[in-house]
Amino acid sequence: MTQPGTESWSEVPQGGTVLLPGSTERNLTGSWRTKLPIIDFDKCTHCMICWVMCPDSCFKTAEGTLQSVDLDHCKGCGICASECPVKCIEMVPEERD
Amino acid sequence: MTLKLRDLTLLDDGFESGHGLCAGCSESVIVRQVLLALANEPVVALATGCLEVSSTRFPDTAWKVPLIHSAFENAATSASGIEAAYKALVRKGRMAERPMTFVVFGGDGATYDIGFQWLSGALERGHKFMYICLNNEGYMNTGIQRSGATMLGAWTTTTPAGDLVPGKPQWRKDMTGIVASHGVPYVAQAAVHHWKDLMTKVRTAEKAEGPAFLNVFAPCDRGWRYEPEDTMAISRLAVETALWPLYEVDDGKYKLNGPRHKTRPIIDYLESQGRFRHLLKDKEPGVIEEIQANVDREWNRLRERCGLEPEVTPETTEAAVSAD
Amino acid sequence: MVDTRERPVSDDAVEAAPSTAIAVNGGEAIAYALKQIEPEVVAAYPITPQTLIIEKFAEYCADGVVRTEYINVESEHAALSACVGASAAGARAITATAGPGLALMFEMLGVTSGMRLPIVMHLCTRALSAPLNILGDHSDAMAMRETGWVMLSGSSPQEAYDLALVAQTVAEHPDVMLPCANLVDGFMVTHAVERVDVLPDDVVRDYVGEYEPETSLLAEGSTATYGALDFRDYYFEHRRQQEAALYASQPVVEASLKRFGEISGRHHQILEPYRMDDAEVVLVFMGSAEGQAHAAVDAARAAGVKAGALRIRLLRPFPVDAIAEALSGARVVGVMDRAIGFGSAVNPLLADIKSALWSRTDRPLMKGFVYGLGGRVVTLGQLNQALGELVSAFESGEESTTTTYLGLREDPESAEVSS
Ligand SMILES: Cc1ncc(C[n+]2csc(CCOP(=O)(O)OP(=O)(O)O)c2C)c(N)n1
Ligand code: SF4
Ligand code: SF4
Ligand code: SF4
Ligand SMILES: [Mg+2]
Repeated sequence: MTQPGTESWSEVPQGGTVLLPGSTERNLTGSWRTKLPIIDFDKCTHCMICWVMCPDSCFKTAEGTLQSVDLDHCKGCGICASECPVKCIEMVPEERD
Repeated sequence: MTLKLRDLTLLDDGFESGHGLCAGCSESVIVRQVLLALANEPVVALATGCLEVSSTRFPDTAWKVPLIHSAFENAATSASGIEAAYKALVRKGRMAERPMTFVVFGGDGATYDIGFQWLSGALERGHKFMYICLNNEGYMNTGIQRSGATMLGAWTTTTPAGDLVPGKPQWRKDMTGIVASHGVPYVAQAAVHHWKDLMTKVRTAEKAEGPAFLNVFAPCDRGWRYEPEDTMAISRLAVETALWPLYEVDDGKYKLNGPRHKTRPIIDYLESQGRFRHLLKDKEPGVIEEIQANVDREWNRLRERCGLEPEVTPETTEAAVSAD
Repeated sequence: MVDTRERPVSDDAVEAAPSTAIAVNGGEAIAYALKQIEPEVVAAYPITPQTLIIEKFAEYCADGVVRTEYINVESEHAALSACVGASAAGARAITATAGPGLALMFEMLGVTSGMRLPIVMHLCTRALSAPLNILGDHSDAMAMRETGWVMLSGSSPQEAYDLALVAQTVAEHPDVMLPCANLVDGFMVTHAVERVDVLPDDVVRDYVGEYEPETSLLAEGSTATYGALDFRDYYFEHRRQQEAALYASQPVVEASLKRFGEISGRHHQILEPYRMDDAEVVLVFMGSAEGQAHAAVDAARAAGVKAGALRIRLLRPFPVDAIAEALSGARVVGVMDRAIGFGSAVNPLLADIKSALWSRTDRPLMKGFVYGLGGRVVTLGQLNQALGELVSAFESGEESTTTTYLGLREDPESAEVSS
């Protein structure tokens, strides 16, 4: 595949129609973050409130249980921590080099 | 099917991460809830606005369902065209009938203001589509300007809080009521924090035999000046103060779905956001009372439509008592 | 509309399908073409002089003659917006409008071409306000020129019908995939009742085929996003590609006209020359002034002038080379504009013709005329006057850079000065 942004005018898709469903996934919006959610899985009840409330679809689940947070995309908004009914998510400062 | 979050996690909501909405923005949360609640295959029409520019920036799209955006004001009309195309293609035998839902997402600017006529026309013609208004009370995409949904006293970049004029001078239009007066089968107000109510309404809307309209309260941390983690808390406050009652108009019958009583004064809501800060610095005490009076009037009018007794606010009672 | 199906009147080539003559006005002729095309969606808003088309077509829908979804939208902007939605959904979508309706659609004109949606519009050309005027001129069509549509123009109800079919095949051609407008002169053509030879339904169906887009919103498993935001990294490339497609439409128009000639016996070209073979003094125009222009040429010829006329049938893409070729023998060219290009160097059609001839070393003398604004009656006298001015230029060898307004009440003094 041609690297995005390098196609010539005759190569770009006609009419600007995007045929790459869900391709924003390649934008790693995790770099926006200043705070990071840490889940205490011992306390987590797998209620999935965080999953439904996250604006960036970051909570990964399997067969109805919470598995992990997608830190590549988490913007660190803190909604999950505010909304978790058992308060098992803590926002901690992001440390970057 | 009852709505259980654990069951819903097994579905693909059709909207990916990596979009450019601000951290804490409610718009994508609403989109995901709507898409998850749908039983049918969706086709989405978007109006220009934060959601569109942040989720469909070429060469990428956050969407995994078919979608069209063509302009700011006409998303309801896009849906009209798609619905008409569907009917004719099926009638001509060029496409097999299959359960589909045509969903529009438009901001309050797209809905209350510039696209008002386009929406009204589509409602009156009776196309079978579902219109979701992402109501963040302003033109956020162009930098937080006032709209017909912005409330009295709110700071926006076109209603700055000045020495003479303290924010937006007008109240707001009752768009939900206006849509209901079109006599369409299903109209409702919902709010982003109440996922169950919102998703139940989407399911009812999907079954409606004609246009359905959902006005969804969609806090915007950037434009309303609050910390992103408070998005859901502020949405909840709007319901508790009866600024944004949860209700539906199903075949003309009004019904409250949220709390039956107002549990908090509007000041609690005003205090939660920077866009009202100037009102609280006692420059314009009259405005807060006026806002409360508007909330009360609309709340009681809604209660009446729902067959309930009017409710007086503690403040009104207090004022009445102290005036004695 | 008088349907005289039983009286086949084709007097033409053996291969051409037997036509049926009907006596209709231009609006009804287009409605008849729409009935035969039977698009999935028609969305339109009433405006004089387009109403003839949509009222007639509404009857076809009401009688169940067509299976089209006819959307009675609440404005012209919505008419084109609905077509955009329908077209992206995989349907053939058609609209029709005039003057102020086109002006209200303006935002969507560029959206339609930019999204590469092959919507067909029948534009019943009408003056733009203000002052309010419901009659015909080309102000609307000229304002549309730079919006990326293929633009065809006819001069009679027959051509309105013919080009309605041609437009469909051009727009949807895989090399084109652009919207196409069929310009029909308001009142002069829309309301003129004439004999129109219509093709049999099956011949039309065969000629226009079905619209089968590669992607669509309603296709099984579709995940296409239409109308995404382009930024500085892609917009330029998309616009360049769109431009290339518009230029690529010219051979497609030529091929479609040729194929149409084979099925109908009516052989239209992108330019319609009249007595052009040895013509030295030429009138260039577009639309319904054909009768007067030809009569003026005949009169001039009778007086010994080598006069000719050239009608533009393809306005966009402007067929530069074909025009340069057609005018290669001309010594004086007069260009008839039925619109004013306010504040422009010259009026719109003259600007196009001047550009087309610029690279020629032996450029003819050129002269601009404005005529027929707001439905002002176009007379043979006006065309004779125009040719007369061209003949004077031919004789003197001097180019006049002023515009002559034909049929306009001039101030007495200025009329003297200019003559
Ligand atoms: C015809 C037209 N006018 C103005 C604009 C500029 N514009 C784009 S989005 C927008 C505001 C969107 O506000 P809203 O509908 O409330 O959506 P939000 O961004 O707040 O979600 C404006 C004014 C436009 N794109 N098109
Ligand atoms: S909201 Fe809290 S308890 Fe519920 S699943 Fe998420 S982390 Fe676990
Ligand atoms: S901090 Fe915000 S973006 Fe990150 S996981 Fe929590 S809710 Fe999602
Ligand atoms: S400005 Fe507001 S509505 Fe727009 S993306 Fe940011 S938070 Fe969301
Ligand atoms: Mg808004």
